[in-house]
Amino acid sequence: MYTVIELSYIASAVLFIFGLKMLGKPATAVRGNKVSAVGMLIAVVATLLYEGMDYKWILLGMAIGGVIGTVAAVRVPMTSMPEFVALFNGTGGLASLLVGWAEYNTFLNTPGGTLELVPVIAIYLAVLIGGVTFTGSMIAYAKLAERIDGRPVLYKGQQIVNGVLLALLLFCGVVYIAGPGASLAQPLFYLAVLLSLVLGVLVTIPIGGADMPVVISLLNSYSGLAACAAGFVISNTVLIVAGALVGASGIILTGIMCKAMNRSLTNVLFSGFGAAGGAAAAGKAATGEVKAITAEDAYYVLEAAGSVVFVPGYGMAVAQAQHAVRELGDLLEQNGAEVKYAVHPVAGRMPGHMNVLLAEANVPYEQLVEMEDINPTIESVDVCVVIGANDVVNPAAREDETSPIYGMPIINVDLARSCFVLKRSMRSGFAGVENPLFYKENTRMLFGDAKASITTLVDQFKSA
Amino acid sequence: MDMLLLLFTFVLAIFLGFEIISKVPSQLHTPLMSGSNAISGISIVGALIAAGRYADSSLGIVLGLVAVICASINVFGGYVVTDRMLSMFKTKEGGK
Repeated sequence: MYTVIELSYIASAVLFIFGLKMLGKPATAVRGNKVSAVGMLIAVVATLLYEGMDYKWILLGMAIGGVIGTVAAVRVPMTSMPEFVALFNGTGGLASLLVGWAEYNTFLNTPGGTLELVPVIAIYLAVLIGGVTFTGSMIAYAKLAERIDGRPVLYKGQQIVNGVLLALLLFCGVVYIAGPGASLAQPLFYLAVLLSLVLGVLVTIPIGGADMPVVISLLNSYSGLAACAAGFVISNTVLIVAGALVGASGIILTGIMCKAMNRSLTNVLFSGFGAAGGAAAAGKAATGEVKAITAEDAYYVLEAAGSVVFVPGYGMAVAQAQHAVRELGDLLEQNGAEVKYAVHPVAGRMPGHMNVLLAEANVPYEQLVEMEDINPTIESVDVCVVIGANDVVNPAAREDETSPIYGMPIINVDLARSCFVLKRSMRSGFAGVENPLFYKENTRMLFGDAKASITTLVDQFKSA
Repeated sequence: MDMLLLLFTFVLAIFLGFEIISKVPSQLHTPLMSGSNAISGISIVGALIAAGRYADSSLGIVLGLVAVICASINVFGGYVVTDRMLSMFKTKEGGK
């Protein structure tokens, strides 16, 4: 039986690898996800074949978790996807923590039981990484769902507090690893569980605003590494392989996000972007006149336009405007205009968030273009319509060396022939940076709720 | 020796992960993230063992049960939501 189980684990690891590879290509992504789900099913069934398993708690746990997970996944609106992924990361992390703890607990309850050095260390790592992933994800969730203030929390001596915490964790770890059965090891282990949970909170609160895509990718990677550690705890190859794959993919996504914001990972993790507040951190105050436009005038411009590019941002998600935008896009196409949707890699609150929303609204894949593909031709675009995006179209990134986002690659909407910015008010974006785009000669501000504004434009087209 | 083999597996898998993930188009970043998130629910294997074998004390039962619940949420939710998202990506011809 043992051989069957081990062979099943190999099959399941192979399916994960193929699934993940297929997930990276648009044509095969749907099947890739299913392939990896089959891999998971095989791993679960194989595990249940172990001798001496008590199914009572297993079935109860899987029923509860399965129902919660499935119902949540079916119900969640696409706009809330970032916080949802954060929540799932968190549960994965917590599971790994508990696996490590359970193993230690069994060791304590087994008279004369022994633990080898590697599992002892692995238990500690599973608890540490799992704990940080869990509470870190919960904070990320709360920030994304706007249950708590999304701005970075910085205080004096923050690095020192974190340093002390790390030193304590190191101390607990050393004592525990030196003698996991010793009387002192047990309370220190529980302290370490608690401290790793606290650490997760403390390392996530200083990261805020526009850096959320980076944090989610990073936590995704952690949840994989936590699973890896759990794999070393129970000497299980499939956990190690699958966890390592997720760890690597999370790191790659994190790298992509950092690059898209022209920042290093350490800068994201420790600097508290946009937290210093006030004009000092916000770059040069933009000067000039803000020119508003009415929906009716905007309609006449759009009606005459030969090419229109929509640039969506998080504001589109908040206003739930994606369906109205698609409708407007279709009408513009019928009117003879070339319509495209340009998506910045970090638009929204998680990587690729805007693509998912536009796909939900049935925008065909071919009309979505990436930043590098639209920028070279943007000067020939008649109208750029910016919907709830701010920092990713902020020309200060190109022009103002004092701006905190200087150097970040942006979609150069200000270079298009004209540019409409749909915005509720003149408030600065999530990152709190001044945006000189609003004051440019060829920019027109269409104030109001994005969905309402777009719907008005759609009505104008229909009645024309 | 056994542990060294596991470590070897780990290192190879990390490299494999880097190889197969790089060059993913940005449209697929969200599904890739939630799909890999579902894979990280593989800790369900550890949770099952904890709940099925180590339920030897009341603390053991609680740890195992909660671990299974959390990992199941991760697995079921992750796969279902990824499938939901991916099935929305369509090309103009109406195919997937």
